[in-house]
Amino acid sequence: MDTDRLIRTLAADAAPRRPVGLWLTAALLLALPVAALILLSSIGLRPDIRSAMRTPLFDLKFVVTLALAIPALAISLHLSRPEATLHGRGWWLLAPLVILALGAAAEMAMPGRPPMGARWMGHNAMLCLSVIPLLALPILAAALLALRQGAPSRPALAGAVAGLLSAGLAATLYAAHCIDDSPLFVATWYTLATALVTAIGALAGARWLKY
Amino acid sequence: MRGRDDDWTDWMRSANAGDEAAYRRLLLSVAPVLRAGARRGLARAGQPPDQAEDIVQDILLAVHLKRHTWKVDAPFAPWLFAIARNKLIDALRRRGRRVFVNIDDFAEVLPGAEPAETLPAGELATHLAGLPARQREVLQSIAVESVSIRDTARKMAMSEGAVRVALHRGLAKLASQLRKE
Repeated sequence: MDTDRLIRTLAADAAPRRPVGLWLTAALLLALPVAALILLSSIGLRPDIRSAMRTPLFDLKFVVTLALAIPALAISLHLSRPEATLHGRGWWLLAPLVILALGAAAEMAMPGRPPMGARWMGHNAMLCLSVIPLLALPILAAALLALRQGAPSRPALAGAVAGLLSAGLAATLYAAHCIDDSPLFVATWYTLATALVTAIGALAGARWLKY
Repeated sequence: MRGRDDDWTDWMRSANAGDEAAYRRLLLSVAPVLRAGARRGLARAGQPPDQAEDIVQDILLAVHLKRHTWKVDAPFAPWLFAIARNKLIDALRRRGRRVFVNIDDFAEVLPGAEPAETLPAGELATHLAGLPARQREVLQSIAVESVSIRDTARKMAMSEGAVRVALHRGLAKLASQLRKE
């Protein structure tokens, strides 16, 4: 087929197309309830959630996880354009770590805190390490499916950021079950779980987001 | 001063609003620039220029299928050249070449430079044969026999909408097969 014919054919298919943001929004709106349902129908919320909501360290967990999910969402969309790079935006992703460091410092100043080792290991680190990735998987799958509409110049990087987005949202859900509120616990175990999901996102992205 | 890049941006804006003629004008105008850039990239990698046309078609297909990732308020040329570079790198990698793609292989092509001669391209035709029957027939009718969408619909006893869907799916399938190769 010569190039002029191809061009004529492409012009015949010129109907307007939906932007990637619309696909990604739809994908998250479908996947989030699925992940929430998995959480509620298995391990549920923590029993003392009503009183926990009035403690700052419990609330801080949501600030941290959303401080990961929201910038990761914006950067995912940005990276879906062929000419986009991480340059000048990557540092947004450090926001949750900064908040965690401030939280850990504040906890040091709290009276009557348990010993450091106990706060760090928490009650159920293994549950955290398995449930966050589990809840993240449907979200990640939906996000990647939507991002296939995009054209990232570095598909593995785009997949990794989609992994951060999914882990951030999954951790937001899991935080409502988790009875460990210490920033030291979150910084260790939530971060490990997030790293796992990010690695899965990078591997999947390298395969599926190439255009 | 208004130059080539401004024309491209204007045409792309009209194209995204559904102006087929502007879209066609845009693609016809970028093709020689892509061709020259692809030849330059192949030459730099020590490859003969005979694959240049396949690369041009691969880039045009990607531009078409990813045109919604262009932002209306952004200039068109950097977006186009990012796709072109990506596709050139892919093509060289598939041929097992170590890749040194100069950032400016495409951007440096001067307007009005001597147009490179069009060489025959074979990849698309090969993949066309592998499409599902309906998509292949629609693509053949529109691309090869230059029959309009309306007449293709009448000829194949399909609705115009169904022809459009088959055309779009066929093009997307072609692009994904080029990628897999």
